[in-house]
Formats: sequence, C-alpha cells, structure tokens
Amino acid sequence: MTAVVEHNKNGGIKVSKPNRGQRVLKGLLIGSAIFTVIGFFLMDYTGLDLTHAIPMTIDNLGQMFLSPSLNNTTWPSALWQVAITLSLAFLATILGAVISLFLAFGTAVNLSKPWISNTIKAFITVVRAVPTVLWVLIFAIAAGLGAVAAVIGMIFHSIAYLVKAYSEAFEEVDQGKIEALRATGSSYPHILFQVVVPQTKSFLISWTFLRFEINFGVAVAMGAAAGAGGIGYELFMASTFYYDMQEVGAITLIILVVAIILELIANRLKMAA
Amino acid sequence: MSKTSTINANEITIIQKKNLYLLLTVVVIVGLIMLAGYITEYSHVEGIMSIPAAMSWMASNMWFSQSTLSNLGSVMRLLWETILISIVSTTTAAVFAVVFALLGSKLTYINKPLMYAAKIVASISRNIPVVAWALILVISFGTNSMTGFLALFFGSFGFLVRAFLETIDEGSEDSVEALKATGATYWHTIFKAVLPDSMPQMFSWILFMIETNIRSATLVGLLTGTGIGYLFDLYYKQLNYEMVSLITLAIVLAVLVIEAISNIIRREIL
Repeated sequence: MTAVVEHNKNGGIKVSKPNRGQRVLKGLLIGSAIFTVIGFFLMDYTGLDLTHAIPMTIDNLGQMFLSPSLNNTTWPSALWQVAITLSLAFLATILGAVISLFLAFGTAVNLSKPWISNTIKAFITVVRAVPTVLWVLIFAIAAGLGAVAAVIGMIFHSIAYLVKAYSEAFEEVDQGKIEALRATGSSYPHILFQVVVPQTKSFLISWTFLRFEINFGVAVAMGAAAGAGGIGYELFMASTFYYDMQEVGAITLIILVVAIILELIANRLKMAA
Repeated sequence: MSKTSTINANEITIIQKKNLYLLLTVVVIVGLIMLAGYITEYSHVEGIMSIPAAMSWMASNMWFSQSTLSNLGSVMRLLWETILISIVSTTTAAVFAVVFALLGSKLTYINKPLMYAAKIVASISRNIPVVAWALILVISFGTNSMTGFLALFFGSFGFLVRAFLETIDEGSEDSVEALKATGATYWHTIFKAVLPDSMPQMFSWILFMIETNIRSATLVGLLTGTGIGYLFDLYYKQLNYEMVSLITLAIVLAVLVIEAISNIIRREIL
C-alpha cells in the first residue's frame, strides 16, 4: 500500500485542502476582480478631462482645508444650522426607536409568533430597499419639502435598521428567565418590560446612538438633496450656487468635527455594552 | 417582625427610585423632542398626516400607462450604470481598505505612527458625508460616472477600513499568536493567518457595502446629475409621478435582487 500524498506545485507536501466555502470565496474574489476591471471600461466618461479635473480637485481641496472661512454666512448661523441638522437626526432616531421597540417585540422569534415575525421582516426588507432620499421626496409630495418630509422619510430607514438590531438583541435574552416569569403567571407586557428590556438596555442604547450617528450623515444629505434645511443645505448652496471653496471647506470641517465627536461617543457606548 | 418590615421599606424605596429615574428619562427625552421640534419647525400632527397621504399617492401611481412603460429601456440602462458604479467603487475601495486595515490593526501594524495615520485617514474619509464628497468632486469632474465613482469610493473606503479592522482584531488573534510562536515572518502571518481567517467576513462586509452603495448612488446621482438618481430628479421636477414611482420600483427590485444574491453568497462562504 502506498500512502497517498498530494504535492503542491512546488513539489512540497500539500497540508490542507480548501473546503467548498473557501473555493467559492476564491472564485468570487477572482470574479469580482475581473468584473471591476471590465467595469472601469463600461462606465460613462462623457465630458471627463482628467488632466484638468485632477489638478482642479487638488486645488479645491487645498482651498477647502488650508484656508477655510465662512464668507456668506456667520458662525452663529452656521452653528444654528448644525443644531437643525442634529435635531432632524434626533427626531428621526428617537421616534423611530420608539416604533422599532414595539416592532422588535413582534420580530424577535422568542417573543412572538413566526407569522408575525416574518411579516414584519418582509415589510422591513422592502422599506430598506428604497433609498432614504426617495422616501423623503415621496413624503415631500404629500407634506411639502421641509422638516416634516425629512423626519418621516428618515424614520422609515431608522426603523428598518433598529428593528433588526433590537430584535437580534432580544433573541439573545436567556430563555430561562422568560420561562421563569411565565411560570409565575406574568403578563406579556411584564415579561417585556421587566426582563427583556432591562436585560438588553445597554445594547439598545448603543445601537440607538449608532443610528443617531448615521442619521446625522443622512440629515446632512437630506439638507443638500431634499431641501430639509440645516448644514447640508448650506453646503449645497456654497458649492453649487456660490462656488465658494473656502466656505465648502469650513462647512465640511464643521460636519467632520461633529461626526467624529458622535463616532467617539458611539464607540464609547459600544464598549460599555 | 420588625426585620421584614425594614426589608419591605427598602424594596419600596428601590422601586420608587427606579420609577423616578424612568420618569426623569422620559421627561428629558420628551423635552429634547419638543426642543428639536421647535428648532426644526417640525409638526408631529403634519408628520402623522403625511403617512396616509403618501401611501394613497403611492397606490394611485402604481398603474403605469403605456407611455410610462415605453421609458423602461432608459430606466434600465441608468439603473445598470448605477449598479455598476456601486460595485466597482466598493471593490476598488475594498482593495485599499484591506491595506489600511492591516496597517491600522493592533495585530498587524508595522509601526505606531503609520497605524495612527491609517486610522486618521480612514476616519476623515468616513466622516465626511458622501454628499460632501459628491458636491466637492462634481465641480471639477463634471457630471459623469467618475464623480459618482469617486464619491462612493471615499465613503466606502472609510467605512470598510473600520469594518475590516474589527474583523481582523476579533477573528485572527489566536492564529496570529500561534504563527508568531513558530517564528513565522510578518508576511507569513498576513497571508497564512490574517487574510484567510478574515476573508469571508470581509467579503460579507463588501456585499453589505454594495447594497448600501446602490442606495447612496441614487443620492449621489441626484446631486451630480448621473445615473438613476438624475432620472428620478428629472421626472420629479416635471411632476411626472408615474415615472417617479416606476423608477422607485426599479430601484427597489434591484436592491432586493442584490440582497437576495448577497444572502446566497453569505450562506456559501460564512
């Protein structure tokens, strides 16, 4: 009997054999590399002049970050705009969080019936598939461009995100504790608010804040693209109407600072959870 | 007898305290909601009223006429362009993100200054919103795919570095330690431990990023006049709501199909 020893290309002994998942992954990596290269040739480059565009971008970036200044607006007003954007994000997050909490009770498989859970999940998948800006613009047809359309539009995506996060946290709750309360004859709300919510509180807070951080970025975008006001609108005006790179730079820096502060708080909360 | 009564008294104060905290939290949150509502001039009544109005609008514009359906070709072409930009920008960003994540991870960093530099670059790229990138780039690059590509590239790059960093830090600690103990070189640990260990999870993040980018591409397109977002904006401003809902439906279907494909791939590789 000869021992079967497989050799690799260099003549060494093959010590491992890729499993199905690894082979699929390898195929996918090669496939996406090829697709990316081909993709670059398929894109539409009409009107693109790189020799002109690259130096101009560098020049713009230089003006933005080396000499930022607010020329068409004042500091107090810019900070007020930041407050508006933060408020839009806060409203969408907190209202979304309250609705999500109840939907998540229905979605978590250990707290609910399968058909309710699946219905909510299907609803959420569709809600998430519509880009936020389209939700906002659709609501703007009914409510007019402004804070109402922006907040309601942003709530939809916040719900889609938070229900998934919350229900996954709820599913982690120790089944024994829920059973123990059931055995004592506790009502359904009792189980939810005496066991499930207290047990997952730090997760809920950390996920909600993470969504707040995301919603700040979204609120900036809605200001620029959907007339929701706030610092995003200022950014849009500075770049498309005034062509004022210094102001674009100053506003971008303000947004950057706020976003980094939010990210640091979110990380801190995540560590604590 | 007196002992039980003191325990009861303690329990009552604990419950009272708990209720007090709860009440305070609720009061603070409601206060913040009212403050935010005042700042943004947001009206809750109007907000709730707009939901049924928007729903009935959607229902009434779902029935497409022949002239609307004849535009399906151009919708599909621009949708394809948008999907293409999303995928290509994500994969390109992923290549750079892997390098930066390796430089920034506490397991695989080369030296400390480079580690902090990698993290800071990623943080800046991530925290400048995609809209800002789009508005900055459209000035010099004009209205073509390159603008959308670059805007999505910068946004995805920063996010992917953060995701990859977490993947590397969580997944490969044991195998890196094992390989280091056998005296493996730096490149050995990278290519034999870190990358094989974290690749499936990283690919899953790439899929997530592609899904996100298709939605962001719509937004970027709206601002830069490219892709499906431009088409949406065009018909939206013409108040051609049948086209608006056709385009929305096309985007929804595209995202759902891509999500379904992603889920199949995830099941295979994870």
